[in-house]
Amino acid sequence: MTISKLMPTPDAVSAQSAGTSRWSGLGQRILGSRIAGPSLALAISVVIFSATTSTFLTASNVSLILQQSVVVGMLALGQTIIVLTAGIDLANGAIAVLGTVVMGKLAMTGHHDTTALLLGFAVCLALGTLSGGVVTRLNLPPFIVTLGMLTIVTAVARLYTGSQSFPVSSGLLTFLGRTVNLGGFALTYGTLLLLAAFAVVGYMLTQTAWGTHVFAVGNDPNAARLVGIKVKRVLLSAYLLAGLCYGIAAWLALGRIAVADPSGYQSANLDSITAVVIGGTSLFGGRGGVLGTLIGTLIVLVLRNGLTQANIDSLYQDVATGILVIAAVAVDQLARRRQQR
Amino acid sequence: MNAPNTNTTGHDERTPVLAARGLVKRYGHVTALNGSDFDLWPGEVLAVVGDNGAGKSTLIKALAGAIVPDSGHLLMDGEQVSFKSPLDARRHGIETVFQDLAVAPALDITTNIFLGRESRSRGFLGAVLRRLDKKAMRTEAAAALTNLGITTARSVTQPVETLSGGQRQAVAVARAAAWSKRVVILDEPTAALGVRESGQVLELIRRVREQGLAVVLISHNMPQIFEVADRIHIHRLGRRVAVVRPQESTMAEVVSIMTGALPGNDSSVAEAPSAQQVARP
Ligand SMILES: Nc1ncnc2c1ncn2[C@@H]1O[C@H](COP(=O)(O)OP(=O)(O)OP(=O)(O)O)[C@@H](O)[C@H]1O
Ligand SMILES: [Mg+2]
Repeated sequence: MTISKLMPTPDAVSAQSAGTSRWSGLGQRILGSRIAGPSLALAISVVIFSATTSTFLTASNVSLILQQSVVVGMLALGQTIIVLTAGIDLANGAIAVLGTVVMGKLAMTGHHDTTALLLGFAVCLALGTLSGGVVTRLNLPPFIVTLGMLTIVTAVARLYTGSQSFPVSSGLLTFLGRTVNLGGFALTYGTLLLLAAFAVVGYMLTQTAWGTHVFAVGNDPNAARLVGIKVKRVLLSAYLLAGLCYGIAAWLALGRIAVADPSGYQSANLDSITAVVIGGTSLFGGRGGVLGTLIGTLIVLVLRNGLTQANIDSLYQDVATGILVIAAVAVDQLARRRQQR
Repeated sequence: MNAPNTNTTGHDERTPVLAARGLVKRYGHVTALNGSDFDLWPGEVLAVVGDNGAGKSTLIKALAGAIVPDSGHLLMDGEQVSFKSPLDARRHGIETVFQDLAVAPALDITTNIFLGRESRSRGFLGAVLRRLDKKAMRTEAAAALTNLGITTARSVTQPVETLSGGQRQAVAVARAAAWSKRVVILDEPTAALGVRESGQVLELIRRVREQGLAVVLISHNMPQIFEVADRIHIHRLGRRVAVVRPQESTMAEVVSIMTGALPGNDSSVAEAPSAQQVARP
């Protein structure tokens, strides 16, 4: 490797700083990291709801919360990748909904389950990539592009179904709603798939060059270009991968409720952005990660569930979520300003 | 990876490692480069001086592939090359520290030094799972920094945005110096640095020259230039107007040529590389 040619023998100092002990590094990362705040918020809400309601901290309620998290969580996973590139995707819920109606319609009109599923995936993947293509080719702001996509895709889903929702009764398409018993705890296959997807994307973002480039592009696209990163290709791949997440979200949605509804999940796009932001990923790009998003998703659903258990009007749930979003963005701004001095 | 050119005798009879002829670059109605020539000999430190807005940064961006000139051409070892991107220039062994640094602030020192050419783990993890070898990269990054005498950074896992301006500059210089094979271009590398850190960068520039690499140094700091440069390329209104040697010239003369008070000597610059390609090794 050429880089060491200037310094053939690293001395003690460098070896020491390079090998910063794994444990102190880990401790430092947790305490000083972006997930400290979200983790605390989640812990506090769990404690409060457990203390004030008798129904919150029960095995069945916890497993319900997990089931409720899967669709928004999966959309938020794709959203995280895009937000890390300093983009945003308003169309993710609509794309997943189109995915569910395509899957459902094909399966109900006599196509093979697998064909239906794969074509549904393909539609989501193609639409995610299309957003990315328009963003990179035409150099348009992601906000505008995906706002347009949201409108178009929602309309297409309604045209395709005549605005009618319909039940889906295919074993494969609803498979993810089935539960497995893990030590007396009922988990759906959907929850397991969600966790696996977070692990895979988390690995890609933190352990591969591609992930590093996603962060670099989100940080400063011009600097990324100057060091030889193919910025447009990285952006396009981010939207493509997000599209794949939306396809999986569609499958998860059918597992959760076996109905394809063209007007379902209307606020899922905003929920996913909320989860990403509360989870500590910066809307300005280049900072954050999927672990935060997982926590953010749980916060959104714990608040919703807990306030319901506590018999508090659902409108207050929205108030609470709104406050959290603003607080999260404010914290991010403060941190950025402090570091840029 | 070619061995560095050993360069013991004067380089005047040799071919420039990097040269440019008649570079023109316009931004709207601003002409940033107006038919500029450029010659860099193997193993030398060439300072590029000129007033603010003279076109120095635009010149080196053309040499580094960051912009494509409207006309004119580049030569490496006497052969015409064209750089469509910074990657093309890097493939020819040219590394650049741009004036605005081009670092990713939220990423750590190691990641920045390796950005765009990360190393992967060996075996299955690297080949199939595409896993980065972070440990090896950290060790090498630490070695590159230590070599520069940069010990003020807490560790190579520190995000670049937590560094001082001077430390950031040092990281960018270390990155260029460590990867370069032929030419290192530095656009005002000491502008934000204190005396001690400036001294370290000048020291590094000398060390890089000892490796047989050629260095292009843009600077406004005359004493530094006279201390380290072998030749001085004077840029004015988008073109080279003179090339002088520090031993045969004074700072006052250089400033006068820079500001137009004295005429340049660019016709006599002609160490005419095109006419003297005899001594190619
Ligand atoms: N991207 C750009 N768009 C428009 N004009 C530009 C651009 N880059 C440079 N210029 C203009 O080209 C001219 C030369 O700029 P350049 O940055 O090359 O000067 P410089 O010699 O490096 O100056 P300094 O010493 O201040 O760094 C200036 O008039 C500048 O405004
Ligand atoms: Mg400049």
